[in-house]
Amino acid sequence: MAETTAHHIPKPDREPPGSYVGVRGWIMQNLLSSPLNVFMTLLGIVFLWYSVPPLLNWLIFNATISGDTRDNCIGTGGACWVFVKIRFNQFMYGFYPSEEQWRINLTFAVLFIGMLPLMFWDSKLFRGFRYKRELAVFLLFIFPFLAGFMFYGGVFGMPVVETSQWGGLFLTLIIAITGIVASLPLGVLLALGRRSNMPVIKMLCIGFIELVRAVPLITVLFMASVMIPLFLPEGVNFNKLVRALIAVALFSAAYSAETIRGGLQSIPKGQYEAAASMGLSYWKMMGLVVMPQALKAVIPGIVSGFIGLFKDTTLVLIIGLFDVLNIVRAASQDPKWFGLAVEGYAFTAILFFVFCFGMSQYSIFLEKKLHTGH
Amino acid sequence: MKTILSAAIAAAVGVSAFATTASAQDTLAAIKDRGQILCGVGTGTSPGFAFPDDEGVWTGVDADVCYAISAAIFGEKGNVKFIPTTSKERFTALQSGEVDLLSRTTTWTFSRDNNLGFDFHGVNFYDGQGFMVRKDLGVGSALDLSGASVCVTTGTTTELNLTDFSRANNLGISPVVFENAEETKNAYLAGRCDAYTTDKSGLASIRAVLPVPADHVVLPETISKEPLGPVSRHGDNNWGDIIRWSLNTMIIAEELGVTSANVDDLKSNSENPEIRRMLGVEGEYGAQLGLPADFAYQIIKQVGNFEESYERNVGVNTPLGLPRGINALWTEGGILYAPPFR
Repeated sequence: MAETTAHHIPKPDREPPGSYVGVRGWIMQNLLSSPLNVFMTLLGIVFLWYSVPPLLNWLIFNATISGDTRDNCIGTGGACWVFVKIRFNQFMYGFYPSEEQWRINLTFAVLFIGMLPLMFWDSKLFRGFRYKRELAVFLLFIFPFLAGFMFYGGVFGMPVVETSQWGGLFLTLIIAITGIVASLPLGVLLALGRRSNMPVIKMLCIGFIELVRAVPLITVLFMASVMIPLFLPEGVNFNKLVRALIAVALFSAAYSAETIRGGLQSIPKGQYEAAASMGLSYWKMMGLVVMPQALKAVIPGIVSGFIGLFKDTTLVLIIGLFDVLNIVRAASQDPKWFGLAVEGYAFTAILFFVFCFGMSQYSIFLEKKLHTGH
Repeated sequence: MKTILSAAIAAAVGVSAFATTASAQDTLAAIKDRGQILCGVGTGTSPGFAFPDDEGVWTGVDADVCYAISAAIFGEKGNVKFIPTTSKERFTALQSGEVDLLSRTTTWTFSRDNNLGFDFHGVNFYDGQGFMVRKDLGVGSALDLSGASVCVTTGTTTELNLTDFSRANNLGISPVVFENAEETKNAYLAGRCDAYTTDKSGLASIRAVLPVPADHVVLPETISKEPLGPVSRHGDNNWGDIIRWSLNTMIIAEELGVTSANVDDLKSNSENPEIRRMLGVEGEYGAQLGLPADFAYQIIKQVGNFEESYERNVGVNTPLGLPRGINALWTEGGILYAPPFR
């Protein structure tokens, strides 16, 4: 007996309509989904059409890079990168003598290599590296002095290079790195001090933070460079760079402190109490329980502060230090290179973008690694 | 507490390593001791006056004053440490001893000379406010600017001078005011006003960067006096004399036709008594300043006379293209006049 069962065989799924898949689908859904969006898309296309090709033409296609005088660029209608090429060394190192520039290169190379295992601590390459703590201590407390000796010279037969000869990107990095490195620990201490129960310390910290935050950086720099010399006896001068470094470090510390305090306030009281009930001392409680959580929570804020600080370093031009922006500006005043300021500024903009974008990307990487978004 | 104290001490020691001490009274002795002149210049904002060239060497007529003084003192023009100062901090830098002199397009005025406690030692560039107009306007003189609109930067003496000039000549000029030099320039280019006014050296540098410089002319009138020169502190007259006579030497050398090219020849062959005195062949003139006998020879040999410095940095063959004008010698229609070398 043949029994037949009626199997229901579903038809194969139909392809989604063309307006939902592929390139066309993406365009239909994202760019042309409503009359308003159609209009906005058209507007965007017009905007790009009028801005991007001329920009690329100026930056790349019509630009001149060969040759070594301004005459090579006349009549091309594009950027004159010859200016940047000839002055590149100056933009990077300022007036640092060229036969001594290896000292800067070497120091920054060591710093860069030394930071890799700390920045990417759990990548395959560095997981087996066991001396991270020692490396961090070295980089934070010993390396800055070694770097200072390398840059300034006067030891091991290296000729002295006065700080007035430092300049360009090199100087920008020195100011930014000093500010960043000094501001984090100082900021942690100030933030803890502000939340402390000891009235004197609390008052001091509040006073410092509020005073510094109440004045613009440009004022602090002016104070450091115009007022301080008047208070000192005639003939006694603090190095201009040291004045600027101290001003920038203290300034950024006050801002870091407030960011970190925000992190501290986001930690529930239970965490403090739990740590205290374990018998941890104040510093252990902060170091082992509270700070790691608080700092993790405020990574975006801290990195924003660092990026702001990096850009603020250009303010040192008002006290006559030749950071990368100022030296580009000065170079464009050379009658030989008249009228090429725009190329210089474009170059500076690209440099700043690279550094600031790098920092923000690293902060995103860090957030992902540490799973801060609970 | 102990650690805070020791940290503070360590910081103080570290900082004092960066502090420099200089004797306030005898500047020449301090300079010789240090082996360098501390020369305050601009931050590279005055083209042709002081700016770093492609190799980072400071160049310009203001820089040349410092090179000349170095050549006079050390017989070597390179012993200068240039300290860039902004226009706001320049006077503090001089007052506090951070620089030995300012050679920084500083206008010699009554209050700066007296109130600030400085001494000016001559003029190395006579600047003055002028006008630039488009050539097709057909204006040949500033007095033809009746009823014109003039682009000017706000908050400067330039603006006040313009109003004074307009009132004095009953021109009814309407100033169009902008916040900074760049905006002012762009407004002029966009045809927002008929003329542009600022110092003439500034006009020249702005004209040089215009798309077609030949379409614009700088009018001949100068409506204000801006004598620019080297400055030092009150209280060290010998140092002031050294600055003054280093500059004078360059001017006298031009007057006598002594150049860096023929100075060697003239030193051994010239019969002109003033040249012989200046180049240290006759008399003891260097010693009167506490300088070597051949100080003037070194200045001319290494830096050149006034004309050489001018033509090299701002003259008609440079992109700035400034004619000598009133900066020519008194014998050639200018007002450059140095006391005699006697």
